Amino acid sequence: MSSITVYVPRDSAALAVGADEVAAALQAECKRRGIELRLVRNGSRGLFWLEPLVEVGTPQGRVAYGPVTPEDVPALLDAGLTTGAAHSLCHGVTEQIPYLAKQERLTFARMGVTDPLSIADYEAHEGFAGLRAALTLAPEAIVQQVLDSGLRGRGGAAFPTGIKWKTVAAAQAAQKYIVCNADEGDSGTFSDRMTMEGDPYMLIEGMTIAGLAVGATRGVVYIRSEYPDAIATMNEAIRRAVEARFLGADVLGSGRAFHLEVRKAAGAYVCGEETAMLESIEGKRGIVRAKPPLPALEGLFGQPTVINNVISFASVPLILARGPAYYRHYGMGRSRGTLPMQLAGNIKHGGLVEKAFGVTLRELLYDYGGGSASGRPIKAVQVGGPLGAYVPESQWDLPLDYEAYAAVGAVVGHGGIVVHDDTADLAKLARYAMEFCAIESCGKCTPCRIGSTRGVEVIDRIVAPPTNGKRGPQHDKVEQVALLRDLCDTMLNGSLCAMGGMTPYPVLSALNHYPQDFGIATPSRVAA
Amino acid sequence: MLDHHPEIDYGTPRRESTEEVTLEIDGQQITVPKGTSLMRAATDAGVMVPKLCATDSLEPFGSCRLCLVEIEGRKGYPASCTTPAEAGMKVRTQSPKLQDLRKGVMELYISDHPLDCLTCSANGNCELQDMAGVTGLRNVRYGFDGANHLNSEKDESNPYFTYDASKCIVCNRCVRACEETQGTFALTISGRGFESRVSPGMDEPFMESECVSCGACVEACPTATLQEKSVIWLGQPEHSKITTCAYCGVGCGFKAEMKGNEVVRMVPWKDGAANEGHSCVKGRFAWGYATHTDRITTPMIRKKITDPWQAVSWEEAIAYAAGEFKRIQAKYGRDSIGGIVSSRCTNEEGYLVQKLVRAAFGNNNVDTCARVCHSPTGYGLKQTLGESAGTQTFKSVEKADVILVMGANPTDGHPVFASRMKKRLREGAKLIVIDPRKIDIVKSPHIRAEHHLQLRPGTNVAVVTALAHVIATEGLMAEAYIAERCDDKSFREWREFVSRPENSPEATEATTGVPATELRAAARLYATGASDGTAATSSHPNAAIYYGLGVTEHSQGSTTVMGIANLAMATGNVGREGVGVNPLRGQNNVQGSCDIGSFPHELPGYRHVSDTTVRTQFEQAWGVALQSEPGLRIPNMFDAALDGSFKGLYCEGEDIVQSDPDTQHVAHALEAMECIVVQDLFLNETAKYAHVFLPGSSFLEKDGTFTNAERRISRVTKVMPPAAKYADWEVTMLLSNALGYPMNYKHPSAIMAEIAALTPTFSGVSYELIDKLGSVQWPCNAEAPTGTPTMHIDHFVRGKGKFIITQYVASDEKVTRKFPLILTTGRILSQYNVGAQTRRTENNQWHSEDRLEIHPVDAEDRGITDGDWVGIQSRAGDTVLRAIVSERMQPGVVYTTFHFPESGANVITTDNSDWATNCPEYKVTAVQVMPVSQPSQWQREYSRFDKIQSELLGQRHTAEAAGAK
Repeated sequence: MSSITVYVPRDSAALAVGADEVAAALQAECKRRGIELRLVRNGSRGLFWLEPLVEVGTPQGRVAYGPVTPEDVPALLDAGLTTGAAHSLCHGVTEQIPYLAKQERLTFARMGVTDPLSIADYEAHEGFAGLRAALTLAPEAIVQQVLDSGLRGRGGAAFPTGIKWKTVAAAQAAQKYIVCNADEGDSGTFSDRMTMEGDPYMLIEGMTIAGLAVGATRGVVYIRSEYPDAIATMNEAIRRAVEARFLGADVLGSGRAFHLEVRKAAGAYVCGEETAMLESIEGKRGIVRAKPPLPALEGLFGQPTVINNVISFASVPLILARGPAYYRHYGMGRSRGTLPMQLAGNIKHGGLVEKAFGVTLRELLYDYGGGSASGRPIKAVQVGGPLGAYVPESQWDLPLDYEAYAAVGAVVGHGGIVVHDDTADLAKLARYAMEFCAIESCGKCTPCRIGSTRGVEVIDRIVAPPTNGKRGPQHDKVEQVALLRDLCDTMLNGSLCAMGGMTPYPVLSALNHYPQDFGIATPSRVAA
Repeated sequence: MLDHHPEIDYGTPRRESTEEVTLEIDGQQITVPKGTSLMRAATDAGVMVPKLCATDSLEPFGSCRLCLVEIEGRKGYPASCTTPAEAGMKVRTQSPKLQDLRKGVMELYISDHPLDCLTCSANGNCELQDMAGVTGLRNVRYGFDGANHLNSEKDESNPYFTYDASKCIVCNRCVRACEETQGTFALTISGRGFESRVSPGMDEPFMESECVSCGACVEACPTATLQEKSVIWLGQPEHSKITTCAYCGVGCGFKAEMKGNEVVRMVPWKDGAANEGHSCVKGRFAWGYATHTDRITTPMIRKKITDPWQAVSWEEAIAYAAGEFKRIQAKYGRDSIGGIVSSRCTNEEGYLVQKLVRAAFGNNNVDTCARVCHSPTGYGLKQTLGESAGTQTFKSVEKADVILVMGANPTDGHPVFASRMKKRLREGAKLIVIDPRKIDIVKSPHIRAEHHLQLRPGTNVAVVTALAHVIATEGLMAEAYIAERCDDKSFREWREFVSRPENSPEATEATTGVPATELRAAARLYATGASDGTAATSSHPNAAIYYGLGVTEHSQGSTTVMGIANLAMATGNVGREGVGVNPLRGQNNVQGSCDIGSFPHELPGYRHVSDTTVRTQFEQAWGVALQSEPGLRIPNMFDAALDGSFKGLYCEGEDIVQSDPDTQHVAHALEAMECIVVQDLFLNETAKYAHVFLPGSSFLEKDGTFTNAERRISRVTKVMPPAAKYADWEVTMLLSNALGYPMNYKHPSAIMAEIAALTPTFSGVSYELIDKLGSVQWPCNAEAPTGTPTMHIDHFVRGKGKFIITQYVASDEKVTRKFPLILTTGRILSQYNVGAQTRRTENNQWHSEDRLEIHPVDAEDRGITDGDWVGIQSRAGDTVLRAIVSERMQPGVVYTTFHFPESGANVITTDNSDWATNCPEYKVTAVQVMPVSQPSQWQREYSRFDKIQSELLGQRHTAEAAGAK
């Protein structure tokens, strides 16, 4: 009997729902039945509601079963899992599952397909083609390709990556650095983690290309401390890449060096702010630095430093491999390429959806997400992490595009999409935004340090039940709402970084679009 | 009264750039050096942008968000402190939106701040209060029921200042001052977000943290959070005067902030060039001695030292002293009396004492305590470079690439300069330390010496010569510089000498204990900027040498000084900024006391008494004949006293019994004299042997000048009347007049005018000039009308720099089986010299006794554990101290300080001294150390004598009372 190849993801999202147990059950059951099993621990396809998603290689392609529990294994084998036979958990050929088939997976093309730590697998799927191409180019040509691709920073700020690289390339210094911000702290986001766990060489390749482009010989990946699997996978991938000469003193025999190391983050949300991250890597308290100087000129240890998000670096190998035009072809307006969006919260089909810019929230929520998990109407969607605005239904048909979102006071951010049904109390969520800021503020600047705590208190007063005092509660409420708006203005315009500066986004959007949740009939003032 | 410029806080530090940018601020064109912040540019334009976290002594931080501005064509509201000015910018510092934002920020601040302005210690001097006024805050809509820090506990552990966390606005100025200004890194912020508060160490009280109480945090604090206790007690000062610290040779400028005649606080002067607004625990806080109850404010006399003191009038005391001096001279000859003036006295006082001795006593028996600290510097640098002084300004260290510290412990001895040095080291300058101990600067936060040459005490010359050997034999010399500026013959001889194999580091390793490889690397680093540098790779760095008493206080002190000068000349490191030979002077006016002729062989300006031209000039000016032979040095005076030929001494401000080596020898010498006149603040150890006590005046009670280690002459300003009626210079005048030599100066400025008239290097110096410039570095004359920051710029003062051969000769003080350890002595941060001042302050809380530091191996061999009483015995004497077992020491070497008289550190030190200048060999004494259970014989004797003398002083009050009847 010939062997079968079965794929059980090793992504933490799959592990969290028992992927290891399923893998063990498969192995035990196959052994018992004398089936020769080749088990591949792949990355996740990003169809989280189907995890653990077990795939089996068949002549028709890989066939998906999920969500699989260890208890399902004997029945699945009985039903003919080894040949991709039908079963109530079978979803047919994986690639044809509409959720996946409709996506435009450029960056995530290998995600869930390959064995994350197999360099051979990576290379078999176009891996290191970008690096090999880059090694034939002059540094400025690499920068030019990134510029031409239209790639913008995927961490949230959407600053053109090529311009940042150009600045660092032009800076004169004995030592420059490449720093990858993998302190993925936004609620409901996981694309960075998936990349590091599911396709780590892509990140290594992207950072190496950046090093070649700007003349940096050292790189650091600053990984969220709550991501132990990502840290372990990255460390192992770096070890193997060094062994295979993709990293080290002499990258692929080019005579050019790029050394990469992992730093475990300090466990603070604010350390995802790039300058606080630099302080943290330097061994200091994670406190935001004032800019200028820009990190591109005076970054890590005061040296010129490229800081990009995981997805920004991960987008680069493809750009180099296929040329900037290929990448640029996707997207709309000034938002070029694709964005791996992350559907989370109260959503039926949570997971990763990589689409070109221009897709609408409504498509994502219903065509992909399948509506709320609770089955109740969706009320509000927070896009762009905990500092992103709550987007009301009236705006769900806007194209996801940096400029279109900015125009309505919302942000695309890192592509996190957190869904709330109609039981959500937006005043509570606004309070939570302030509370989150109060908990996570580094404490350096006054608007964020004191303002967030005061914000919680003011919202508490706004939503407090009426008292029997002499002054009417409604009168107080109007004053307090005005105070909240003033506070948001102070934080928005006065804060040192986006932590305090963007906390007003969820607060004001909640206040403007869901005034009834605050006990006020109509918006007390038009949104800024 | 000095006209010190009104202090403007520019918000961010000055930037130096050759490029300038012109921009528009509120419609005004303003041109500033590139890199200047918008805030500073606005200040230049006369606009004070509101600020709280910014102050011009610290790098911008950008946290308070009050200084937001609008820039045309730019989004948002950038902070003016962190935004550099760019050409063509159009900046608005005020608009309705900015007003709203600032008011919003201020409303947040005040929502977590006690509303006790009227009873707050910073009332009237609070930047938060000022900003509340500036922003127009009228209402705090958040109320005061929310989360707050109003009940935070105060930390009052530090004796000089209080930390009141309830008033903290988390501007980080204190934390940044501790890091940037002081370099101690004792403070941080603990907690995050709203919880953030200043934390000494790991949430420790200040006194238990690494805080060195320099006061930089207190100075930086914009509110009452870190406040001097004296201000809490007394309230805000109402006037201030600029003066100069009377402690170490750094010579920090201070503002004495006063209420009437009472000092409220001493604040480091921002425009003081020596310290630029920084201070240490001594100058900033330890001035309470000036009003200590131990001050003696009435003159006293007694026939014998076993007699009770008798309080008398000034007239009587002076007449008695003058009568005794005349009697002694009549009986024992003109040379039988002399004077000693402390290097803590002002230039004017020192000048008057030497004038008194030369003109009124009619001999040259005058000396100063510089004899026992830096006399080898004067000699060694004069011989090699041509001038008896350091070559640089302190600021020069900002341009040094390599810093060599030898026999100096700057973080303890010269803390304010050490902070400047550490700042430069944090910027990347490399450090070499040559010291027997692992002193703090070898390894401290963000500072690490590349090479610590931990030599055996007494082997300085061998080490310096070995460094020269490496530089000469590896071709690391600055050949062109030497050819152009140095004496060729002496150079060739020196090169031949140092190149000899016996001077190689390998050959001297056994003597010095310094590994040859380490010494070679250090030599290369000094000469080339890299520890593995060669002639080919040399970056020709600016290499600067800083040295202290660990160099001079040896039997070969002068030789080492000359060896240091040789190294600097050989590598071309004299004559520009960032380099040089820099003696760190022990006391405030060591430089000045030497300059103005306190040595027996030199008239003011380092001119030998045998020089007829010079002497004639002084004879004409002073109207007397002067002796052409040098007089007695301090140790000669003691020897002469014991011989019976020296019987009378006028000793101003110096405590020779405690500070000079071989205490018992000194005491016996004093006991042999017939009239000792001591002029001092306190009944010090020497006064216990005195017959006449003339009350001295503290630096707060008189006018004058001090000259610091960088030749900087700064004003000492009278801020209160002398406690005993007369300033010290007036007392010397009284004595001179009583001796029949008239002196009639109306003010110390007239004394300085006389010094200037008679001293070519001082001819341009006047109080007017000092007041105008803040301070001035000599030479100051027609060629250098505003003084000379850097010396030897185009050529050496002596013409060609002279190399001098430095043959190592081991000290006579050798370890033997009986005395197997070497004792070396030094200082500690919180105490100063004999401790007469600092022991009478709360500084004792840091250091209340002298202890013996001993290496664990030596301790274990002797069964000594930390805190044990140990007897220390030398050939000269013995004493008992408690032990500190410490790995700062190397095996075989023990260490102590001499701040407390009962410690008897100088009972042990011997009368060995420098071959050229008689500077005592304090740094090398062979000793044995053993556990003991009781004080030494000397200490018991001291205790008994001290008790008797206290009783004799106590009986004075009876006499006073009797006199009053």
